[in-house]
Amino acid sequence: MMNNYIVRFLIGSLTSIILGLLYMGIGRKFIARIRRCYAGPFYQSFIDVIKLFSKHSISHHWIMDFGIMMGFSGIIATVIFLPIGNFYVFPDMKGNLIIIMYFMTIGYLGMAMGVSASGNPNSPIGIGRALALMIGYEIPFALAVILLIFANGSSLLYNIIQTQQGSIYNWNLLKYPFAFIGTIIALQGMLGEQPFDAMIAPAEIASGPMVELSGKFLGFGFLQHASQIFLETGIITAMFLGGGTIIGFFTKQLFLYLLTLSIASVFPRFRFEDGVKFFWTIPTSFVLFQLILFLIKR
Amino acid sequence: MELYSTKKLKDEGFEQILNFFRKKSLWMLHYCTGCGAVELPPTMTSRWDMERFGMGPMATPRQADLLLITGYLSLKSLKRVIYTYEQMQNPKWVIALGSCPINGGIYYDSYSVINRLALYIPVDLSIEGCMPRPEAIIEGFIKLMKQIENGEAVGYKKYQENYKWYKQNQDSVLKREFPVLSGEEK
Ligand code: SF4
Repeated sequence: MMNNYIVRFLIGSLTSIILGLLYMGIGRKFIARIRRCYAGPFYQSFIDVIKLFSKHSISHHWIMDFGIMMGFSGIIATVIFLPIGNFYVFPDMKGNLIIIMYFMTIGYLGMAMGVSASGNPNSPIGIGRALALMIGYEIPFALAVILLIFANGSSLLYNIIQTQQGSIYNWNLLKYPFAFIGTIIALQGMLGEQPFDAMIAPAEIASGPMVELSGKFLGFGFLQHASQIFLETGIITAMFLGGGTIIGFFTKQLFLYLLTLSIASVFPRFRFEDGVKFFWTIPTSFVLFQLILFLIKR
Repeated sequence: MELYSTKKLKDEGFEQILNFFRKKSLWMLHYCTGCGAVELPPTMTSRWDMERFGMGPMATPRQADLLLITGYLSLKSLKRVIYTYEQMQNPKWVIALGSCPINGGIYYDSYSVINRLALYIPVDLSIEGCMPRPEAIIEGFIKLMKQIENGEAVGYKKYQENYKWYKQNQDSVLKREFPVLSGEEK
């Protein structure tokens, strides 16, 4: 029984990392094509990660090592609650949305702790912006989650997926289009893509949180970002695009990721306070409108 | 003083395998002091598309593998270049662009510009020209990749082993005690 869980855990976490890296590589090629160039092969991210782990790295405090590990494992701990197609790491949990939302922040907080210990003034600035933006996009996202919990009478992703089965007309995307638009905008912020990349801003605060990370630390940052892409696109696939079988699930995830990238590659950057304001007005009102429609109809 | 040469420090064994990945993902930090910086944006963006080789610009020395010195270096910026170089993590490489870091170029007789960069930090590859065109720069990158593959790009090991010699050279220009134009120079 125990062994069974360990194998399932390994499958879940490795899938998220490997597919996340693959999406990143495909995404880079996609952006390059938008800019009329070619970029490297689709497995470029794997090469980057291996290179990063082969480099020497410098740590400034044991809190830094600990924080980076906590950030990485926080994301992995969240991914294992996500239904990957029809595969569940914990078959009894069935992807509880409340747990997922709660655990998702641990990754950020771990990263915040780790990079603050690195002592470079740029990293706390970046982390401050990241956490401020998080308050921004969590509002529309949480409202969409509340809407779906209301509509399904359950906070399990399993049940939310079940009600969308049958045909494409059952997808929440078509049932609650405004909530979907709001959530897609929130996804842009979750992944830290333009116009909401004020926390990274290479030309302004020298890549923010990552400024002091070298070698394996940056490698873990890379892996964390990869699982994060997998996790966040996965949640929205399950919430709005009807989950699906393994292959269908991955395709929908990739579609969502490429959609974010195509928005990202044509936008400049918001100041982070403007970004928060934007999140609290446009996407929030989209989702609120949907929520009110839903309540009236009921 | 005994100096270690490239031959003695060549990468062997497991390093060779890692070098395959290292050469395909060179992240660079460009130190834009000289005129040469203008040739880099076209090299990086869609016209010459450096990303095909897995290269990309990085924001800080900690993340970078490749330090690009794009032109002449005054004494003041030499000091910063040395700090930057020492902040980078092994393995790391240096490329010097233009004739100024090779022999002084048009600044060969200036009192405040160094003539030969290779005396102060180990330069793995120099690309001559005033200024090298993007084609030449990319040619240089490919040459560096070949060097890395053969295990010959070991400038960072040279710096560690021959640190005394490099430090001496650095001190001789950075810690000069007499005014430059006073005529007391021996
Ligand atoms: S080599 Fe020519 S272009 Fe380059 S820094 Fe010197 S003078 Fe400028």
